[in-house]
Amino acid sequence: MAYSNKVIDHYENPRNVGSLPKDSTHVGTGLVGAPECGDVMKLQVLVNPETGIIDDAKFKTFGCGSAIASSSLATEWLKGKTVDQALAIKNTDIVAELSLPPVKIHCSVLAEDAIKAAIADYKSKQEKDKGVPATATHAQPNA
Amino acid sequence: MTMKLPIYLDYHATTPVDPRVVEAMLPYFTQQFGNAASRNHAFGWEAEEAVENARKQVADLIGASAKEVIFTSGATESNNLAIKGVAEMYREKGNHVITCVTEHKAVIDTCKKLEKQGMRVTYLPVQKDGRVNLDELRAAITDKTILITIMTANNEIGVLQPIAGIGAIAKEKGILFHTDAVQAVGKVPVNVNELKVDLLSLSAHKMYGPKGVGALYVRRRNPRVLLSEQISGGGHERGMRSGTLNVPGIVGLGKAAELCRLEMAADTDRLSKLRDRLNAGLHKNLDELYVNGSMEHRLPHSLNISFAYVEGESLLMGINDVAVSSGSACTSASLEPSYVLKALGAGDDLAHSSIRFGLGRWTTEEEVDYVIEKLTNVVRRLREMSPLYEMVKEGVDLSKMQWVTH
Repeated sequence: MAYSNKVIDHYENPRNVGSLPKDSTHVGTGLVGAPECGDVMKLQVLVNPETGIIDDAKFKTFGCGSAIASSSLATEWLKGKTVDQALAIKNTDIVAELSLPPVKIHCSVLAEDAIKAAIADYKSKQEKDKGVPATATHAQPNA
Repeated sequence: MTMKLPIYLDYHATTPVDPRVVEAMLPYFTQQFGNAASRNHAFGWEAEEAVENARKQVADLIGASAKEVIFTSGATESNNLAIKGVAEMYREKGNHVITCVTEHKAVIDTCKKLEKQGMRVTYLPVQKDGRVNLDELRAAITDKTILITIMTANNEIGVLQPIAGIGAIAKEKGILFHTDAVQAVGKVPVNVNELKVDLLSLSAHKMYGPKGVGALYVRRRNPRVLLSEQISGGGHERGMRSGTLNVPGIVGLGKAAELCRLEMAADTDRLSKLRDRLNAGLHKNLDELYVNGSMEHRLPHSLNISFAYVEGESLLMGINDVAVSSGSACTSASLEPSYVLKALGAGDDLAHSSIRFGLGRWTTEEEVDYVIEKLTNVVRRLREMSPLYEMVKEGVDLSKMQWVTH
């Protein structure tokens, strides 16, 4: 299969690989996908409580080159955006930027899901801080 | 000698043609171009003589007599001819075929086609080591069973099936036994009489011969196997496979078979050492590697490893100067992970993480060492990037996670 140069670049020089402290109230974590499907993405955002802007974003991905590139690109785009701006990122934007072929569109969908899950986790932590019960939106150990 | 990149370690997929084979073939394209069926002039006689010589060379490799070798276009055709040919010919005797879940698609899909036509097919499971259980085979046999078709060696994991045991059971029960031996012939000793095989498929391009030519061994005595032909025409190949013979290809197959027969012992010795060097080197450098399939019952040049927590396609991308295959869904046309690895019961995640290594006649120690080094670095890098590896290191049990799938 032939990859676009941008996919190869993100694969070879992934941006923002790593982890943020997941217990911090300012960090939202999204974990989407499943090992048996061949792709799992963990995407985290650190939101500045003063400005509401995403100061940092990190990812770790188990998946093909396109999945790695999609999540790497997502972290790049997330930095400097507000939470609402982050939610406006669409998988089709990722497809266009990375020139993903049709068989790899699901990688971009997963990246969008990961962004949404991370933001939802962040929001639920904020609400929890205010005493509102939260619902889990990302993968977690069974009780 | 300096090492040439890319390195080819996909000898299960196909092999380069040995230069000695090419040399043997060349005259049959230009000077000795006759039709082997032309009985009334020297051009035809020369071609026929070359074909008969090749038939003997193939027969000698598998312990058969020359008359029992039918030339085809390759193992897919041989498998189709054997299975469909038996099913049609012995229809009155029974309607049941036994095969196995890890067979090549050329066998599985042929069996599925027979099912659509009203035949009954049993797909035996395999054990964790990739081998069928002989007791389960016995239990699957009915008085309507006319054919058992089980491969000699698996194309993905290199595991050798207990062919002698299956042959003995088939013989005892009076059932015909076909084996797709395309990965095994020329690599390990295969003798149709010792193994009690009635039909055997082989292909030239898996043993340093040309693509587009293969053979089907069809037993002539004890019992005499009859086949309903699948390609009708001029009655070539004892009426079992019509069509003008591919003389240069057949000459190439014959020469390739002869070379394999003469050099098998030395090749096996050299390649099994290189394979073990590859396996040991990877295990020394990396944790959480899983060899797929039996290590004991395995082709000498074959290794299939799952690199846990790393996805196969991303692995291949990182070793793009090494040609190997993966069982990952992303590398298959069907977007499904390998059905062979799934059948071992190791879990789909390990199928996604698998790499198949096939060593061959021109693989060097230097190449193996390069692959060990390269793979080690890529696996380490991708594991640093893997959320699964991180979770496992934190003590999370991945099997107890509730995953959010999409």
